[in-house]
Amino acid sequence: MSTTSTDAPMVDMQGVHKWYGHTHVLRGIDLTVPKGTVATVLGPSGSGKSTALRCINQLEEIGAGRIHVDGVLMGYREGERNGKPTLFRLHPKEIARQRANVGMVFQRFNLFPHMTALGNVIEAQVQVLRRSKDEARERAVFQLERVGLGDRMDHYPAQLSGGQQQRVAIARALAMDPELMLFDEPTSALDPELVGEVLAVMRDLAASGMTMIVVTHEIGFAREVADQVVFMADGVVVERGTPDEVLSNPREARTQDFLSKVL
Amino acid sequence: MSQQLTPTARGPERIHAVPVRYPGRWVSALVVLVLAAMAGHALVTNRKFAWPTVWKYLFTMPVLRGVAWTIGLTISAMVIAIVLAVLLAVMRDSANPVMRWVAWGYIWFFRGTPVYTQLVFWGLIAVIFPKMSLGIPFGPQFWSISTKEVFTAAVAALVGLALNEAAYLSEIVRAGLESVDHGQHEAARALGMKEGPILRRIVLPQAMRVIVPPTGNETISMLKTTSLVLAVPFNLELQFATTAIGNRTFQPVPLLIVACLWYLLMTSVFMVGQHYLERYYGRGFEPHGPAPTRPSRRALRQEAINAAHTTPEYGGVDDQGHIIAGGMGRPNGGRV
Repeated sequence: MSTTSTDAPMVDMQGVHKWYGHTHVLRGIDLTVPKGTVATVLGPSGSGKSTALRCINQLEEIGAGRIHVDGVLMGYREGERNGKPTLFRLHPKEIARQRANVGMVFQRFNLFPHMTALGNVIEAQVQVLRRSKDEARERAVFQLERVGLGDRMDHYPAQLSGGQQQRVAIARALAMDPELMLFDEPTSALDPELVGEVLAVMRDLAASGMTMIVVTHEIGFAREVADQVVFMADGVVVERGTPDEVLSNPREARTQDFLSKVL
Repeated sequence: MSQQLTPTARGPERIHAVPVRYPGRWVSALVVLVLAAMAGHALVTNRKFAWPTVWKYLFTMPVLRGVAWTIGLTISAMVIAIVLAVLLAVMRDSANPVMRWVAWGYIWFFRGTPVYTQLVFWGLIAVIFPKMSLGIPFGPQFWSISTKEVFTAAVAALVGLALNEAAYLSEIVRAGLESVDHGQHEAARALGMKEGPILRRIVLPQAMRVIVPPTGNETISMLKTTSLVLAVPFNLELQFATTAIGNRTFQPVPLLIVACLWYLLMTSVFMVGQHYLERYYGRGFEPHGPAPTRPSRRALRQEAINAAHTTPEYGGVDDQGHIIAGGMGRPNGGRV
């Protein structure tokens, strides 16, 4: 992926399908996220919203459609074979390179338990970006201070609360200087009193101009931060629009039904 | 939550109950003491044990050399076996079907035949293949060497022990790799890491927690399996050395005791090493802190939550010992 910025939207999903065996989990997803904007994806569990997110950074291989991130086709190379335009699957190493530009935060944090908070944030900088230990440490300290954990850097994940672990996970992703951040239900595994600290960090991040896609059940966060709210059910996008349109005046019955249950 | 049940000047009344009595413990202790005394008496008074002979041979040259060879064989066989085992375990989970079948076949063969038989085979390899050569099968040879020169008795013993052990260890390593949460692999992939570094830096170090205890077991087992290399035949390790002296002097029992004492000492040392290895790979899974008054993991977590000042319930303790509310759910306790 080139570092030169293009006019293309940060994320452009066109007609994305995904099958698990015979189960058709994504049935033609279109999603466009302009640079510097925040999209939140809502929907009942099993609606395919996490799967759609995981397709963007190729943790899942898609069955049909195209995904472009900053104008670059994800997971494939367009070429020609016998005079016909053909897609060639990229080598895992090339896919790994594409992923380095996309940060991801998981519901279950997935911090590396055998490394300290600082070690977690340093690791991929050294392994993937080939930064020197000193530079990686400097940037890790900066990112950990940014998420308010300057005094917890030498703690192991088991010694941190859920909210602190999730903030380390955000710092870990940010240290890679991603152009796009994906959040997969980042507060769903947290005790209620710890949700606020994670959302506060995400709010700051959005305000700093980061392009974000957030799968969440936090309607309040979506209303406040999102430029675009997408409601998914049964593998399709049911409704999309501004928070006001989708959350306050939903047109579709399924959206209304869902919102009446979570609000 | 800080409220005491009966707030008096002295604080709540502490419970001083009579503890439960366990007479069974005293009875069992007595029985064990009597049995131990009987065993001790037999060991000391029975002339057949010939303790003076034990002391006489305990530190003689052939015995010490036997100890050295036993340790050397054990450690080098285990090192080779561990490297091979990791390779086999990765091959068994490989996306490449050829690799999977090769690993399966290897494990099938080396686990399926007795180690004694394998050692005899390695001892005979120079007879079966007098020359080892590099070349094209059924075609020309570029280079060759006499097998006898490469496969000395010591090498045959080492290869035999290591290849057999690798088959067992690979199953242990595989169980370790599978014990690591899949989310770890996924998080590393999402960061753009490649498969090699993910295995080396993320998955294996966590798998070691599961791998080390049974591998310690295997090491101790290997220490004693080295006594089978007489099948090669290799005759410098401890068991063979002590038996040889026993046969020569017609005093097998004291020399068996010599062997037992050395084996016990070696296993004890290995057990200490294993303890420290387990502690090293357990880091991050056990809270760190001074050992004698180590607070529980739960207590440490609560402390971490409190120290973050993100919960409204706890804002610290004032100078009278009362818990004050604070934090107000702000990250970083409202600090900028």
